[in-house]
Amino acid sequence: MLNRFIQRAPENFLTREQIHEVRAGRRGFLAGAFAAAAGSLAASRAAAQGAAVPAEGEPEILNLPPHSKGLGQPVAARGYGLPSEFEKNLQRRESPGLTRVSQASVSFCPLQGLFGIITPSGLHFERHHQGWWDIDPSKHRLMLNGSDETMLKRPMVFNMDELMRLPSVSRMHFIECGANTGMEWGNSAVPTVQYTHGMLSCSEFTGVPLRTLLELCGADLKRARFILAEGADGSSMTRTIPMSLVMSGEVLVAYGQNGEMLRPENGYPLRLVVPGVQGVSWVKYLRRIEVGDMPYGAKDETIHYVDLQPSGLHRQYTSIQEVKSVVTSPSGGQVLLQKGFHNLTGLAWSGRGKIRRVDVSVDGGRNWTQARLEGPVLSKCLTRFNADFVWDGKPAIFQSRAVDETGQIQPTYSELRKVRASRSIYHNNAIQSWALEENGEVKNVQV
Amino acid sequence: MSRFKRARCMLPLVLAGVFSPLTGFAQPQAPAAVRQAALANVGRTATPAEVKAWDIDVRPDFKGLPKGQGSVRQGEALWEAQCASCHGSFAESSEVFTPIAGGTTAQDIKNGRVDGLMPGANQPNRTTLMKVSTLSTLWDYINRAMPWTAPKTLTADEVYAATAYILFLGNVLPENFTLSDANIREVQERLPNRKGMTTAHAMWPGKELGGAAKPDVQGSSCMVNCKAEVVIKSFLPDYARNAHGNLAEQSRLVGETRGVDTTRPAVAMSAAGAVGAQSGSTMAQAERAPAAAPVSVVAKPAVSGAASVMPLLQKHACVACHGMDNKLVGPSFKDIANKYKDRADAVNYLSGKIKAGGQGAWGAIPMPPQALSAAESAQISQWLAQGAAK
Repeated sequence: MLNRFIQRAPENFLTREQIHEVRAGRRGFLAGAFAAAAGSLAASRAAAQGAAVPAEGEPEILNLPPHSKGLGQPVAARGYGLPSEFEKNLQRRESPGLTRVSQASVSFCPLQGLFGIITPSGLHFERHHQGWWDIDPSKHRLMLNGSDETMLKRPMVFNMDELMRLPSVSRMHFIECGANTGMEWGNSAVPTVQYTHGMLSCSEFTGVPLRTLLELCGADLKRARFILAEGADGSSMTRTIPMSLVMSGEVLVAYGQNGEMLRPENGYPLRLVVPGVQGVSWVKYLRRIEVGDMPYGAKDETIHYVDLQPSGLHRQYTSIQEVKSVVTSPSGGQVLLQKGFHNLTGLAWSGRGKIRRVDVSVDGGRNWTQARLEGPVLSKCLTRFNADFVWDGKPAIFQSRAVDETGQIQPTYSELRKVRASRSIYHNNAIQSWALEENGEVKNVQV
Repeated sequence: MSRFKRARCMLPLVLAGVFSPLTGFAQPQAPAAVRQAALANVGRTATPAEVKAWDIDVRPDFKGLPKGQGSVRQGEALWEAQCASCHGSFAESSEVFTPIAGGTTAQDIKNGRVDGLMPGANQPNRTTLMKVSTLSTLWDYINRAMPWTAPKTLTADEVYAATAYILFLGNVLPENFTLSDANIREVQERLPNRKGMTTAHAMWPGKELGGAAKPDVQGSSCMVNCKAEVVIKSFLPDYARNAHGNLAEQSRLVGETRGVDTTRPAVAMSAAGAVGAQSGSTMAQAERAPAAAPVSVVAKPAVSGAASVMPLLQKHACVACHGMDNKLVGPSFKDIANKYKDRADAVNYLSGKIKAGGQGAWGAIPMPPQALSAAESAQISQWLAQGAAK
């Protein structure tokens, strides 16, 4: 009975102390708290969220609300639909202090509130090196050329009309920044899964396999071993991609994202999709592909996105996002409202292929049980997992551990640091721990 | 009624029009050869001038490097005018971006490995010169992406000069050096970290770089009694509780959890962890401090004011160096407004400063002259003189 009205409490309505009181079963206190807080809420909401359930039933049911007794909004009132007014808490956000200028920065995706595996395009994480643009697609061009005269039979130019009438494919893939979870290499640093793991998103991308374009140009496939992708924006991002991956057909020149065109923040009108590889290689505002016979040593292959190892050497051209997972709810910065049954849910992914299995632990990794994988389970795509958790009110530490189809198992922090120490910045795929305290609060910890 | 009749009469004619000349329609499945030929007609050959205009990359073997030269002295002048405002006069600044120069020694230049990267070196910052292993990378990046707010505006000679100045600041080049396409390969052999890279790993998605066959880290598949005890080795300190804003405003309003209200202190978790004892202490706390009002979950509506000039502030990249309330590279707009609020000619004065740039009024970091119209600078100055309202 108790939890029925508690779950209807508005956000921030109950303080942590009050939540505690609720759990202790002090209904009288709770009724008083509701009454006190009601005054500062909008009248309609206060009425809807008001006092304890009277004997005859809840007013939400007994008193019909305006939306049951009036005329609603017309069609096309909003030509491009928007999320509910009540969903405004879920926003992409910057991590304060991480960067000094917001045109060379990152915004994190609110993983704590997302369902399934597809990221709503408006919540897709952002990483810009020199600000974003909304480019007129009728003026955008893609050029393909060779590092020398004979690498291609002919260098070519395509406009968007031409690219969009070539044979297209649609595929679902995750994109993760190589620096995702980078703040956590040495110690717990940020409070929520949005900031620990939010440089991660997953979309259905539509476009042309780059292989098709190289074939149209007559690329010399004996000599061509690398391609350089280059953006049209101020940073003109460049990254080297192996020809073998291009020839597998996986690398796309994409214009579509989740059924519509790419969003400007994600490279409208054209970006490279390099499944399994870190986001920096998915060059946005793609303007040029060069085919060559040696790697290019771009800024983000030589100065950044190089992984410092204990030996003092930097690993260069580290690209694959290795097997990784995280519990997204309950997760850091959240409060469990009730003891009893809970759904433990999270995401798993691997740049090497499909997720084979996910195990979860609620005792900090001492014991594990297998989680349920929800379909579809696709290669180089997020996989949603769920597990039952019955909370008895005692402390717990949630963890998840993914295994991919190549047999790679996600490591613990000690397993990862034993080999790579903690100065890498990039490619932290360690098991995440969330500590649930007796007061219901969940915190980011490392064990 | 008559309209309906007429329509019915016409129907057979329409259908006949659709179905009779079947052979006049395109075939859905063209033969392979026809398909290939048609595909080959999509797109066009790039002209040599087009390829020249966009093919700007410079490879580690310096393929693509234009002819040219620039001296350390020329680089210094260019640096003060166009680079120092973000990177500092000695490319040492971490105010805006990571430092470029610093952390390398004469011994590093000799060895090609940077001591500051070795285990236990405790070097707090990793500068560009501590990491960069190929000189082509510096040249290419400055050429394609710098200056940050006006990329691709430097001449080849200016890029040589800026590169030379950075290398001078790292003691890689002497003060009287002129860097050019003719000597750049020799300078490459002086880069402090030129031998500091490895591709011996399994994280490249191909075999082109050699690499390693197997990943270097593997987790455990243990399921039961995997460790004797679980020790929390790291957690967020209490003072960082609200550092990312109120987490209550960053979670959904319904569901199995809420975001925690981080504007209030955390409740200490007693070692004994008795629920009753804890609730007693939290109640006492709640009585001392009145319960906080529910936090508004709706973002504050944008007020006019800054909205009227924001397009201009963004167009001219003012916001790259000036924050609304906080100091970035330059002073905040609020600080500027406060400083000049009593000045009668504030609009004219500020318009002039925006267009001419300056140094000294707010510290040593210079502001470069800005190319904007008189009307635009007047509009921004007006807004500043009126208090820089948000």
